[in-house]
Parts: sequence; structure tokens; C-alpha cells
Amino acid sequence: METVTADGADSPALIRFEEVSKVYPLPAGNVVALDTVSLAIRRGEFIAIMGPSGSGKTTLLNLIGCLDVPTSGRLVIGGRDVGELSDDELTYLRRDTIGFIFQQFNLIPLLSVLENVEYPRVLKCGSRGACGRKPEEVLRAAGLAEERLHRSLPSELSGGQQQRVAIARALVNDPDLLLCDEPTGNLDQKTGQGIMELLVAMNREGKTVIMVTHDPGIASYARRQLRIVDGQISEDSG
Amino acid sequence: MSRTFFEIAQRNLRRNLLRSMLAIIGIVIGVLAISSLGILGNSLTLSVKDQLSTVGDSLIVTPHISMGAAFGGGLAEEKISERQVQDLRRIAGTDPVIPIYSTADRIEVGTTKGPVSIYAIDPDDIGYMVEVDQGVLLRGTSGVLAGPTIADQFDLRIGSQVRFSDGSTQRVVGILKERGLGFDIQPDLALIVSPKWYEDRNSDRGYDQVTIKVSDIERIDAIEEAIDQRFNRRETVLDSYSSKMILESLDTVFSQISTFTTAIGGISLIVAGISILNVMLMSVTERIREIGILRSIGTLRREIRQMFLYEALILGAIGSSIGGLLSLGAGYLVSLLVLQSTDYLFHPSNLGSIALGMGFGLVTALLSGLYPAWKAANLNPIEALRHE
Repeated sequence: METVTADGADSPALIRFEEVSKVYPLPAGNVVALDTVSLAIRRGEFIAIMGPSGSGKTTLLNLIGCLDVPTSGRLVIGGRDVGELSDDELTYLRRDTIGFIFQQFNLIPLLSVLENVEYPRVLKCGSRGACGRKPEEVLRAAGLAEERLHRSLPSELSGGQQQRVAIARALVNDPDLLLCDEPTGNLDQKTGQGIMELLVAMNREGKTVIMVTHDPGIASYARRQLRIVDGQISEDSG
Repeated sequence: MSRTFFEIAQRNLRRNLLRSMLAIIGIVIGVLAISSLGILGNSLTLSVKDQLSTVGDSLIVTPHISMGAAFGGGLAEEKISERQVQDLRRIAGTDPVIPIYSTADRIEVGTTKGPVSIYAIDPDDIGYMVEVDQGVLLRGTSGVLAGPTIADQFDLRIGSQVRFSDGSTQRVVGILKERGLGFDIQPDLALIVSPKWYEDRNSDRGYDQVTIKVSDIERIDAIEEAIDQRFNRRETVLDSYSSKMILESLDTVFSQISTFTTAIGGISLIVAGISILNVMLMSVTERIREIGILRSIGTLRREIRQMFLYEALILGAIGSSIGGLLSLGAGYLVSLLVLQSTDYLFHPSNLGSIALGMGFGLVTALLSGLYPAWKAANLNPIEALRHE
């Protein structure tokens, strides 16, 4: 196992890209989504990844989210080389250490709000498990205290409320890392601000937040901005 | 944990209620077909066996009819002589040996006329072959016994007068109990007279058949062997066959029929399986994005697989249970229509047929769920998430 090396002033690198490339083979020819990217992300950072569509920012996020593995190079997350993990090990890593927040909220339509939030915890701890955080408590922390809403189906909630449920779901297993793909993309500006303030608060509590966005206003909430063009990092404010 | 997957599976089936119900109906029909055809086959076998078992352990000896004789019109010439009967008695030892004349005649009772079979059996032996329902068995040379079917047909009672084609008459002294189908004689459809009366009217002495009632079932083969040794060493003179042998071959025939009807039911289950496969593949296609979400937030491949197999299992379990219950009703109807009797409905072999049908229903559903479950589990999470 890779030891976590100190990178930067005070905290160790949580995520380290070492000349990582991701190539998608397509019938029309190979598409290089990421081109030998090297990058270190420390624990507790709040990063916005920006860039035009097709630039490779979502690929970067998918790799960090262990939904995909590099074609070449090394990607080390929490000291583990992602390229060497099995599908089950990647799944456990997602389940236990990563919270996902999507543009489309991506709640399970068959489950109630409370069950949606409970689901990752049930995966980790079993139906009677006592690990992770209490679903009601994370829902409250995400700004959904009303118990009436907990029993509703996601489709009965507004977009902003659904995104708060998604955030609660992402937090329930107390992950180190929150990955957000255009978290405000489907929300009006005011609701979006509320969600961003929530993410800032989570970051203050110690979560590493990595967010893909093309909205400079939203990106300004982050303390470090990365710009990707044609699969390469063209700007890094950190 | 698996409770959650079960819950999701169950809710998804309810979300597509109509589709789920159609898949369930497919399984119901399949189970129903297997079970009720199985019940029909079993009941058929059971009822025939029951009817035949009254024959007991008889060894039936008949004159050998060579192909030449059969086709040359010499059928009537073959008889069993008194000397041969004596030899058979020696072979049988203490077991009763019953020589039987068998013929047919047109009779007249009042204004009713018609053909009947007639057996002539020694009064001492009649008790081994039949029982009386009303009246008494034959004594001496006078009187006839009438089988129940004949008694019905000619409206015979104790004391009725039967006129034979030669003009002679006899009175009915007893009506027989129904005995059902037999291998040796068919007393239900016949009159039984005394051999003396028969011999007085027929010049050709010689029995048509000899029945040996074997008390010890183990000895049947030995007696048959001894008959062969004594009579058939140079050429075949007498044929002998045992009820046991015939029952065994009938059993084979009926179990083949059962297998065949069950196979027909099996075909309908295959169709049901295909419909489940179709329903679940649709379910996988529609839920690609949902599967992507589940995978991205930490659901293992095998857990996705489990969730889809639960769906198949629920469809199979509901379909099989309904099918099992309905097949009791269908079995009742089928037995009533085909056998005119529902006595055998709750026989263990019929309950076994239902269990078999239900088991097949469940297994079919599970097998049909395997591929969709595998397909769902192996979706690429990123592509699944991007799916609209």
C-alpha cells in the first residue's frame, strides 16, 4: 500500500494524479479525454473544476469518484492505487469514502426521502446497522428538518429540496470526499446559492469538496479553481 | 440489507403492476397446465389400477393360438382338455385351479332380446371369481347369475326368466356385485351358468381358459415356469400370463402418458419463462439510469443482481402459488369430466404433481431472471448514469 506522502504545506494529499491519461476507444478513433494529467488534492480543499464541455472535467470527476480507472498513469486515492482495485473494491471505496451530488439529483424514485438517505448506510452497515450518521440528523443538517417531507417520494419535492436530500444521502456514511457534478445546474439562482452555502459549510466541517461547474459565480465559492482545456489542466489557482 | 433489495424489487413490480400481472398470469397458466395434466394422468393410472386390482394375483392360462390358426379360421378349435386341467392342478398344488367355458348367445327376457357373454364356471369355484349382490351363487345345474350391467340392460331381477337361443330357459338366482374391468373374465357384462348345463348343450368338450388363483405372489413365476416345462417343451400349447405382469406393463404405459402430458405443460411454462425474461429485460432497459445511480453510490454488482433475481422470484412465487391453488380446482374439474370421479384428487401423487408444477414455475421464473439480472449488474456505471 502506498503511503500518504506530504504534499503542500500542512496536509497530506488525499488524491494524487501521476501522469494520468484516459482514452476512450470509439469507432471513429480514440478520444483522449485526459492527457497526462498530474495533480494533487489535499484533504479539506474546496476545488472547482471548470472548462468548456468536452474538455475532460467530468472524466476527471469520474476518475476521482472511482467510477472509472485510468488508461495509463497512476491515480492514488487515500493511499490506494485505484488502477489496482477490483470492481468490488472500487464500489466499497465509493460507498464508504465518497459522496456524490449530481446535477439531476439522481434520487431513487422508488424510495422515500428517508429511505433514499438511509440507502448508502444500509449498504454499509446492514438494515439494523449503527454505523454512519442518523438519516434524520443528516437531513436536518442539509436543511430538511420537516418530518412530513421525510416520508414523501422524491418526485413530490421541489428541485432544491431534492438536491438537499441528495446531499444528505452523500453525507450519511460520513465520507472524506464530496464530488459534485454541476450541483446547481438544475436550480434557480437563489436555490443554488442555498445549496452552495451548504457545501461551503460541509467544507468547513472538514470535507474535501470537488465540484465541476461551468458557472464562474458558482466556482467562486471554491478556494481553488482548476481549468481544463482539451484534457489538460490549463490553469490552477492553487 | 437484502431486505432493502427485496423491498426495491417489490416496489418496482408494483410500479409496473399490469406488466407484472401479465408475467404472473403466464406462470399461473404454465403451473396450471403441468399440475392439472399431471393430476389427470395420475388419476387415470390410479383408477385403472384400482379397477384391475380386483383380479388379484391370478395366473391366466389360455390355449396357444398360432398365427396360422388365428388367420386360418381355426380359432374355435383351440381348447384346454380335462387332462391338461388335471396337470395344471398338480402344478398348482393347493392353489385353486378354475377351468372356465366361455361362449356367447342371444337371449330373450320378456320382450328384450340381445347378445350376451356366457361363462360356465363350477359352482364350487364361482366364489373365487365373483360375489353376489342379491340372491345366491349357483347350486347344482340350474339357475344363472347375471352381471350388474347385463341385469340393468335386460331389467333382470331374482327370479327373472332368461330364454336362450336353443329355446331352453333358466331363472336368475343371483345378481353379481360390480367387479370392473378384468383380465380373466368380464362378469359385469355376462351371465354365469353351471358347466353341466353348458356341457349338455355343447358337444365340443374343452375349456377356453383356466384361471389359477395364486395365494403366494412369489410363486407366480415358478408356476408359470412349471407350466412351460410341462406343456410347451416341444411346441407352445398353452399361454400363461399373470395379472402382475399386465399391471406392470400398464403402469409403464400410463406413466409414459403422464410424462407426455407433463411435457405439454412444460412447453407452456417455457412460454411463461420467455414472458418473464421479456418483462425483466424491459425493466432493466427502463432502469438503466437508476442502476447507474445505485452503482455509483456504492451498490455492488452482486447486490444489483440480487435485486433483479428477487423480482423474478416474487413473480415466480406469486404465479406458482396461484397456479397451485387453481390446479386443485382444475384437477377437480378434469377428474370429474374425464373420470367421472374425484376420489383421487387428494392422492399423494396428485399433490406431488402440484408441487412439481409449482417447483417448475419457480425455477422457470428464476432462470428467466438470470440473464436480465446479469445484464443489469454488468452495466457500466458511467454509461448508465449518462443514460436518459
